[in-house]
Amino acid sequence: MVRYVYCLFLLLFVSTAAAAEMDERSLTALVADLGAKSFSQKAKAVEALAATGDHRALAVLEAMLERRLFTRKSDNRVVIAVKAGKKFEITAPLTQEKIATVTKGALKKVRINNRLRQQLKGSIGSLSLRHKDPARRIAAADAVFKSRPAAMIAPLRAALQSEPNDDVKAHLSRAIASAELAHAKEPATRLAAINTLAEFGGLDIGGLLKGLLLKRDNGTFAEANVNVRAAAQAVLDEVERSAAFWAAVESLFQGISLGSVLLLAAIGLAITFGVMGVINMAHGEMVMLGAYTTFVVQEIFRAYAPHLFDLSLFAAIPAAFLVAGLVGVAIERGVIQFLYGRPLETLLATWGISLILQQLVRSIFGPTNREVGTTSWMQGAFETASGITLTYNRVAIIFFSLGVLLMLLLVLRKTWFGLQMRAVTQNRPMASAMGIRTGWVDAMTFGLGSGIAGIAGVALSQVDNVSPNLGQAYIIDSFLVVVFGGVGNLWGTLVGAMSLGIANKFLEPYAGAVLGKIFVLVAVILFIQKRPRGLFALKGRVAES
Amino acid sequence: MEHRGILLPFLLKAPMGGRIMLAVLAILGVAVPILNLAVPVESAFHVPTYVVALVGKYLCFALLAISVDLIWGYCGILSLGHGAFFALGGYAMGMYLMRQIGDRGVYKHPELPDFMVFLNWKELPWYWTGFDIFPFAMLMVVLVPGLLALLFGFFAFRSRVTGVYLSIITQAMTFALLLAFFRNDMGFGGNNGLTDFKELLGFNLQEGTTRAALFTASAVALAGGYLVALFIVRSKLGRVLVAIRDAESRTRFLGYRVEYYKLFVFVISAMMAGVAGALYVPQVGIINPGEFAPANSIEIVVWVALGGRGTLHGAAFGAVLVNFAKTYLTGAAPDFWLFFLGALFVFVTIFLPKGISGLLSRTPGSLPDLSRLKGILAKLTPKGAL
Amino acid sequence: MDIPRGNILIGASDPKFEPILYLDGVSVSFDGFRALNNLSFYVEPGELRAIIGPNGAGKTTMMDVITGKTRPDTGTVLFKGSIDLTKSDETEIANLGVGRKFQKPTIFEHHTVFENLELALAGDRSVFASLFFKIDADKLARIETVLQIIALASLREEIAGSLSHGQKQWLEIGMLLIQDPELLLVDEPAAGMTDAETAQTSDMLKEIARDHSVVVVEHDMEFVKSLESKVTVLHEGSVLAEGSLKTVKNNPTVIEVYLGR
Repeated sequence: MVRYVYCLFLLLFVSTAAAAEMDERSLTALVADLGAKSFSQKAKAVEALAATGDHRALAVLEAMLERRLFTRKSDNRVVIAVKAGKKFEITAPLTQEKIATVTKGALKKVRINNRLRQQLKGSIGSLSLRHKDPARRIAAADAVFKSRPAAMIAPLRAALQSEPNDDVKAHLSRAIASAELAHAKEPATRLAAINTLAEFGGLDIGGLLKGLLLKRDNGTFAEANVNVRAAAQAVLDEVERSAAFWAAVESLFQGISLGSVLLLAAIGLAITFGVMGVINMAHGEMVMLGAYTTFVVQEIFRAYAPHLFDLSLFAAIPAAFLVAGLVGVAIERGVIQFLYGRPLETLLATWGISLILQQLVRSIFGPTNREVGTTSWMQGAFETASGITLTYNRVAIIFFSLGVLLMLLLVLRKTWFGLQMRAVTQNRPMASAMGIRTGWVDAMTFGLGSGIAGIAGVALSQVDNVSPNLGQAYIIDSFLVVVFGGVGNLWGTLVGAMSLGIANKFLEPYAGAVLGKIFVLVAVILFIQKRPRGLFALKGRVAES
Repeated sequence: MEHRGILLPFLLKAPMGGRIMLAVLAILGVAVPILNLAVPVESAFHVPTYVVALVGKYLCFALLAISVDLIWGYCGILSLGHGAFFALGGYAMGMYLMRQIGDRGVYKHPELPDFMVFLNWKELPWYWTGFDIFPFAMLMVVLVPGLLALLFGFFAFRSRVTGVYLSIITQAMTFALLLAFFRNDMGFGGNNGLTDFKELLGFNLQEGTTRAALFTASAVALAGGYLVALFIVRSKLGRVLVAIRDAESRTRFLGYRVEYYKLFVFVISAMMAGVAGALYVPQVGIINPGEFAPANSIEIVVWVALGGRGTLHGAAFGAVLVNFAKTYLTGAAPDFWLFFLGALFVFVTIFLPKGISGLLSRTPGSLPDLSRLKGILAKLTPKGAL
Repeated sequence: MDIPRGNILIGASDPKFEPILYLDGVSVSFDGFRALNNLSFYVEPGELRAIIGPNGAGKTTMMDVITGKTRPDTGTVLFKGSIDLTKSDETEIANLGVGRKFQKPTIFEHHTVFENLELALAGDRSVFASLFFKIDADKLARIETVLQIIALASLREEIAGSLSHGQKQWLEIGMLLIQDPELLLVDEPAAGMTDAETAQTSDMLKEIARDHSVVVVEHDMEFVKSLESKVTVLHEGSVLAEGSLKTVKNNPTVIEVYLGR
């Protein structure tokens, strides 16, 4: 009995060893066959190699496809050759061992024709399904999904059976469904394939399904069966709905992003215009000064503390606030205080100041755009499944602008200065009679509004070019926001900024950026007809005076 | 002959500054062409051709300034978008001149201007029809700005938008037009605009005689525009305009349909600006969308403010003065021009609310009004020192 | 003509009775504050009526509503029995024959006294009529007459901005007069005037009231007394009492309101 078992073991051992040896031998034989003269022999060898499912065969076939497979003339041995200077390094195809270095003349390329090329591609595809690296397997599955050769259905299924990785399994299923859709004879199978595809969604599915619904010149459809067509249409509708939805979400995000930038730029204007009744045409230049301050701060960091560069923004914010704020106070004390009660004159005088500031910056920094770097933690983006990209810097700006708004509300409501500011707005002579230094309050208010514009400039420098004309690009939008949202009201500014930003972005895909802007302008003009004081207007006799 | 009977007394009633201006225009209109064409080049009295074009340009700007003063100085409507009307008139003339090129363009197309051939357009867009006919084009010069003003003003004035709000939306209007005309597919030459003109009414635009004629035409247009404006402001309508400027609500309560008055003068002003633009274009040889730039429209206002608003002749004078300074400075010290312009805005609004005309028109023998200056000094010095 | 509802009692069943001004149930709110609260009253043609009331009673708002500056939230405002004033704006109402003088003298500061009156002169208000307007003897005479009434004849070429406060008030009354409206609404004509000027103003108004309907809003009790007219008391947006000054002065509710609680 024991002898019997022992013999069985021996037989098993020998046979597996023999089988392995045979595998090894057959692989080598097959590789040698690749060097044959006739294409049909080569084709047979390729097929057989593919059938082994061995990953070593994959490397050989890839080399063959990429014309790296050669035969050494001296012994007809099949090798992989890589150029090394003027000579070639040859390696054993299966083991990647280096054999020798030879001249070009010693090698003869293994030629392939188109049919072989297709076959190689398919074989490489199916072999890739067994590759060690899951990413490669996914790539292989996706390649089949696109090309859908019927021959791959079986290998795909086989791969699916033994695949351990869930992610790869998903891609495999998708590829199988796609191939079946193209080739399965039974309508029921195709229907099932559509249902499988429906679970995956995505725009590439859409393309596939559209192909099915194409009407040929002779009137028939690419997909003969009407039930399958119906199912395909249904899934296609769903896919397009979903795509449209995500596109809208992206527009919404971009609109909010633009809106947050507008908010920062406009809020300073809302304060100076709303609280003081001053039209400041130099407001855009305050934003510009903030952006240039950021540039200067970054240059300083780059020069003296490059390792702290990521903190530069945190330094730029207070710096920009101070610079713009001080310039604002200077403007108020130097020019605007002499023009109170004359809004049109103030408009003109501040326009003149804006020209001076622009020219000043142009003279110092030059007229071209300046590089403002993005700090590392602001780079990159969120990527959602449906391909929507939310860049970090824009997200940061959204939160930042809301934070600034909140802080401003706190200053207005809770601080002593805010109280004085509100008193002066509502009844200047009375406030003065109560001992409030209205001149000082005016200057500080203007400084605050300008300072915030400066901070807006810091944010803007992260998403837009920094040039002396930066202010001009945002002044009209800022005014529209203030006029639309209602004067003297911070919430109005928020709503106005967000509405205009979102409206702008939603119009863009239909009308282009320029026309979109025109539409928004015209819409605001028409809106003013209905509500001349904006969305959140202050009513009553007090406001009218 | 009856006309002279009305015209002469009317002219005599014009303010001193206006009479001076008309006299100067009459002299220039005759003398400059003679000094340019009839006097030999070597002579010291010769007026070079580029000067003819330059002063012609100034005259067009002066007319534009009068159009702005008419609505701002007299009715309180601060339009910061009048450059749009100027540009539209200019484009109408430009379109006529483009059609006159015929097949002498680069692409030698008998009908389509070069830029359209370049865009692969096959035929002239519908809105270009008729612009090869001079009277039609001239009609468009006044009609297009006038209609825009009518439409815009109707909506703006009816909803009682005034003051800075109105100014801002006029800015928005010209800005929108700027964006629109920059587009190549609008059919107006895109960002290059319309240029390379050859002839006007058969006369070569490069010829000295044509240039001189255009110059005289500009002088005549300026004089004519001035007289029209003068007639308006001297009439009861003009007094109503001033009433609207000073107390709009009161004027309403007196039974005046304020919207119609504003609309009337706004449209007239726009048409005047259109004429100015139409005369400007052949003299500078190009019209491009840059004319719609909001900054241009604001600049017109400083011309009027410097010269003295509410005087008409002051506006014309201011326009010539500022543009002369611009020509000089952009040549001699280009970086300085914008500083100068900006400072001018600030200076005029604070120290010269009545403009130079105001300085000049104080009653003889009395001291200039220094109360403003005193007020400013009082604010700047510590209390009790002054 | 229906018997008016609201808080007025009248024996007005005469079918020929047609008030020149009729308000019924008019309410106006500004941001939650009720300026006019179910206000109802009427004025007969040719009447001189004084309206008094504490600050915030709604007097100026009432004028705003009548002249079309403010739209009432609810209520009826009729002119000459049938013309609905809530549907017209200031210009239309002015042209219908309702004239208003403001609390603060609102004249045209940069025009002369003569020009102010010329502008107010009744006549064609259209754009082209103004453009080609030529003054004729009739109109000149009319302006002269009014200049006499308001005692500014010697100042006719003065710039209106240089007049004294009292003179500005008179000019405005003159402008109102020359407009020749059927109904004059006069808001605090005696404000800021000396005693002598106040007496003159009272005479002026009584003269005007001889062939116009005049509604005067005032605080100055002496002035109201001198008008010798029917008095309506407004309080918190509605009519509190009506009658001769003597009646109204002795009304206990009025006393309470004026002298405080």
